[in-house]
Amino acid sequence: MTDRLPGFSTLAVHAGAQPDPTTGARATPIYQTTSFVFNDADHAASLFGLQAFGNIYTRIGNPTNAVLEERVAALEGGTAALAVASGHAAQLVVLQQLLRPGDEIIAARKLYGGSINQFTHAFKAFGWNVAWADPDDVASFDQAVTPHTKAIFIESIANPAGSVTDIEAIAAVARKAGVPLIVDNTLASPYLIKPIDHGADIVVHSLTKFLGGHGNSLGGIIVDAGTFDWSKDNKYPMLSEPRPEYHGIRIQETFGNFAFAIACRVLGLRDLGPALSPFNAFMILTGIETLPLRMQKHCDNAKAVAEFLSTHPAVSAVNYAGLPGDRYNALQRKYAPKGAGAVFTFSLKGGYDAGVNLVSNLKLFSHLANVGDTRSLVIHPASTTHSQLDDAAKVKSGAAPEVVRLSIGIEDKEDLIADLDQALRA
Amino acid sequence: MNHDAYDDNYIRSILNNVKSIAMVGASPVNVRPSYFAFKYLAQRGYDMIPVNPGHVGKALMGKPFVASLADIDRPIDTIDIFRNSSHIMPVVDEALKLSPLPKVIWMQLGARDDAAAEKAEAAGLKVVMNRCPKIEYGRLSSEISWMGVNSRTLSSKRAPIPTQGMRLSLNRTSFGGGQTAASDRAAKNKTETT
Repeated sequence: MTDRLPGFSTLAVHAGAQPDPTTGARATPIYQTTSFVFNDADHAASLFGLQAFGNIYTRIGNPTNAVLEERVAALEGGTAALAVASGHAAQLVVLQQLLRPGDEIIAARKLYGGSINQFTHAFKAFGWNVAWADPDDVASFDQAVTPHTKAIFIESIANPAGSVTDIEAIAAVARKAGVPLIVDNTLASPYLIKPIDHGADIVVHSLTKFLGGHGNSLGGIIVDAGTFDWSKDNKYPMLSEPRPEYHGIRIQETFGNFAFAIACRVLGLRDLGPALSPFNAFMILTGIETLPLRMQKHCDNAKAVAEFLSTHPAVSAVNYAGLPGDRYNALQRKYAPKGAGAVFTFSLKGGYDAGVNLVSNLKLFSHLANVGDTRSLVIHPASTTHSQLDDAAKVKSGAAPEVVRLSIGIEDKEDLIADLDQALRA
Repeated sequence: MNHDAYDDNYIRSILNNVKSIAMVGASPVNVRPSYFAFKYLAQRGYDMIPVNPGHVGKALMGKPFVASLADIDRPIDTIDIFRNSSHIMPVVDEALKLSPLPKVIWMQLGARDDAAAEKAEAAGLKVVMNRCPKIEYGRLSSEISWMGVNSRTLSSKRAPIPTQGMRLSLNRTSFGGGQTAASDRAAKNKTETT
């Protein structure tokens, strides 16, 4: 008899967690330790040789972090996951397994600004080249494929304007090119979109945002869908070739459909070092238990605020996929029917000065550079994150002088609307 | 039997009921997956027999190698085949000549021979293909979760502490054993590309 499939909320509370074997503690303990004792020399050798499951050192794995990893893997429908120090660390570790100097990644032009920086400057120094494609024009991904292409990278719901990406169409391009599709699912969270169901081979997150949800802990995670054959044409030697640092083990041959997550752990995290603190893992795990409740409230509030702004006399445009007239509304109804997320932009008739004034007049919204907090957040990109760009470059990157980005929290929506209204009138 | 996606209870009943496992293609080289799996299963209390004609005269974890299944001097529950798909059928033919018959033919991760599976099933044996018993045991006991793997099981009971020679409890609530959307898609992709 097959047991019934638990629902998303049950997994959010239970997946990966079990009462502690020694104390019976029901909440997941914070295993705040650097290292773990070996039973004997043979046990130590087995662990170091990847022959046995177990804990060695917190840079490689930790029992608190392991609960977080299994929980997010279960919520995303993947085979395994690896938690790391930040979303940026997740992207670094993923690409280290896939790219050699001279290789390329095709990335959607609409990405979190931090990712654009990381790909453009830091990764270029490693000899990893990026070809930019337009997520609103699937053919542009197809046209960017070369013999050096090793992966395609997109966001499910893209920062900053909350646009929804046609994941299935881009997954088809990746499959045709024989490369994995990596989806940054940070702004949607698995509550709204499960990219693996739509063809993603790898999912990454900044756990700092909606998954942790409380603006108190940095973290990142890599989820292995278990769908990609890394050994097919020898394009991914980190997974298909014998690894000298592990006495000639081949990672995919040994670990099957969770080989990518293992490679990220034993070749990426072990050697690059961006480990997640077990304390942060605990905070994020606690946040995930209420993800379904929070995410629905975030979305419902965001829709109400977007509707309010769309009729406000001081506002010239609202980019929110949850609004019926929005260009991404059809994609939102297909991929994220429960809601369009809580991060979006709108434009002010008063231009740059109106943006600066709005931010300084708000009383509940916090002016800061983060999203996915319980608190509502605001930023005026032209005077902050994008202030170093000239006006033309600002417009191209979605940070035109009149644009304001909101991340809607879980307060009472009436209070958020009242705060925006008074600030727009001030 | 759907060999693309096994129900967890099918795998669990096999791992809970078999006591002896003959591993065909076992290697004494300690970086080969067969070596890890042999050692792990021996430590979990299974009666393990290494089968490999190239290593007769040697021993694996104190168990002497035998050249073939026919050379094993006692009834065997499970034949775990660590060979490429093209070498499965002769092993199954040999297994079906044993008396008494084994209960299970298990083909390792990456190995699959549907004709051999059909033949073994026709003789009343259970068959598992393209799976590793070490990974399945670790997953169903939750031990493998230490590696961040999605065990696809839940439990509100205290976890057992694994120790040398101990059998972990395999009785956890399972959901959708092997039948995640991802594994379905992987199987579908494979069919479409071949």
